[in-house]
Amino acid sequence: MHWIILPVVLPALLAPVIGFVMRHDITLARIASVAGTVLLLAIALGLAYMAADGTTHVYRLGNWPAPFGIVLVLDRLSALMVLLTAALALIVLIHAISTGWDARGRHFHALFQFQLMGICGAFLTGDIFNLFVFFEVLLIASYGLMIHSGGKDRMRAGLQYVVMNLAGSTLFLFALGTLYASTGTLNIADLALRVPEIPAEEAALVRVAAILLMIVFAVKAALFPVQFWLPASYSNAPAPVAALFAIMTKVGAYAILRVHTTVFGPGSPGTEDLATTWLFPAAIVTIALGAFGVLGARRLMPLIAFSVVGSMGTLLVAVAVFSTTATTAALYYMVHSTFAAACLFLIADLVVTRRSGDALRPELPTRQNGLFAALFFAAAIAMAGMPPLSGFLGKLLVLDAIREPGLIGWAWSAILIGSLLTIIGFARAGSVLFWKSTAIAVPDTAEDESEEGAASIQPPLATVGQVAPVMLALAVLGGLAIFAGPVSAYLDNTSAQLFDRAGYVEAVLSPVEER
Amino acid sequence: MEIIVASSIGVLTAGGVYLLLRLRTFPVILGLALLSYAVNVFLFASGRLATNLPPVLSPYGDASYTDPLPQALVLTAIVISFGMTAVLVMIGLGAFLEADSDRIDMEPEQDGADAANEGSA
Repeated sequence: MHWIILPVVLPALLAPVIGFVMRHDITLARIASVAGTVLLLAIALGLAYMAADGTTHVYRLGNWPAPFGIVLVLDRLSALMVLLTAALALIVLIHAISTGWDARGRHFHALFQFQLMGICGAFLTGDIFNLFVFFEVLLIASYGLMIHSGGKDRMRAGLQYVVMNLAGSTLFLFALGTLYASTGTLNIADLALRVPEIPAEEAALVRVAAILLMIVFAVKAALFPVQFWLPASYSNAPAPVAALFAIMTKVGAYAILRVHTTVFGPGSPGTEDLATTWLFPAAIVTIALGAFGVLGARRLMPLIAFSVVGSMGTLLVAVAVFSTTATTAALYYMVHSTFAAACLFLIADLVVTRRSGDALRPELPTRQNGLFAALFFAAAIAMAGMPPLSGFLGKLLVLDAIREPGLIGWAWSAILIGSLLTIIGFARAGSVLFWKSTAIAVPDTAEDESEEGAASIQPPLATVGQVAPVMLALAVLGGLAIFAGPVSAYLDNTSAQLFDRAGYVEAVLSPVEER
Repeated sequence: MEIIVASSIGVLTAGGVYLLLRLRTFPVILGLALLSYAVNVFLFASGRLATNLPPVLSPYGDASYTDPLPQALVLTAIVISFGMTAVLVMIGLGAFLEADSDRIDMEPEQDGADAANEGSA
């Protein structure tokens, strides 16, 4: 059963080939990159099928038994995350190729594949130090992608992003050292066995490690008070890269779910209260920050970046409750918000490259103004959480899952008011960009569609390949809403499996069968 | 020995955090380097401090040994932080050459300029 390691090995082998052999041939690199991503999607589907029966598959590297060797663990949650990554990667890759973003700098496809390797590895690993290594892999690739095609603002935002994440990595190592010093292991299953044995009064060191780890994951997930890097980074990154980064914030959320549920979660007397005490208020403030950011943004890209911050807040409010129903809601919202954020960044790219910049002020409408407006509003509806797309169901599930008396008031008011502010922000931005433009007096005629004379200075029409990724993401969101029943049934099983700590420990630490 | 190791980790971390907060490229790179030294020593100490002990189990007698795992972790951390520092220097250099400024944070002027434009439009 070597399938489990393929999502890591395939991009790891493909990326150097693209980087070294195909460095001068963009067509060849594109073909290889798309083929690799399609293959990754197929593998992810296979893994999801494998994990769907509820067994926890364990891949022991070098066949060393679990606490001593490194293991990759495939359960429903990691299979879901890998599938999400592969699907998103394919959509983003089509967009990057059809808009020519990948040719505006060097090594886009090689870095893209390394990024996929890091993300898939982070989702699959069953060892916290290995998680650190995969974090570094995905980060170092993301540094390259972040400053792809260069430019003054992008380089400076990239530098800020790198420094922030390097500081985060250092903190991660401090947390790992503390955890190892207090428990003597870094294997997640082994930790899940040992941390609950520590009585509450002796757990000071483990509590420090748990909080340090939460801060590190919060940096990735853009949680208050360490969210400040995200708007600057995402709004200055190339748009397809920002769309791919939609999954990077989810890596942080996934890590919180995995580590703080399996290891520090319910059942560990020393640490089980930490998440709700600290994560929940932080997530509430994050929702507020995101909503006010959306309302106050003067440019389109920061507006979308702030809506990502807000959606991470909603997601982590659900995560912070640490119950199976809330986790189901969180997972549904996670899948939804990944595609919604990516979709918004992609449509914003199509719009912004046809205007003089992404400032929110009326300009002469471009051709296909109606098409872009429709796509933008569809994506905004999804992001803000209005029916009929899956954002509505996602937020409904989150609201429905939070029923604890001390939490319900905060969570409901934050999510509902946050959604309202997000709707207002998006409506304002969309009206200014698409509708106010048509009110500007055009010298010759008011109708821009029929204006053949201006066509020579107008930017080119969006091709099918450029619109298709946005449509595809919207179709996924629609499908998520239509098939909400089967999807949430699957996610129910996923969160049940996540909270089944004993099953996870037994699967990972069971002795190796002789071959 | 504990007090020396602990205080040197503390001093390195304090210096690293101070330099990191300067928000200029060169101090920040030095600060991150200091922080990574601090964390390397810290990881090393997480396997308990011991002198003159081999990091392997001895088959001859019950000689005590020191935990080998933190040493492996430190090795990985050193390699990664070395590579990351190199990347950071290159990106910092690129940003300095592009923007002609070595500040790390983004300036708010741009937004202000946009706001002024919008106000006049």
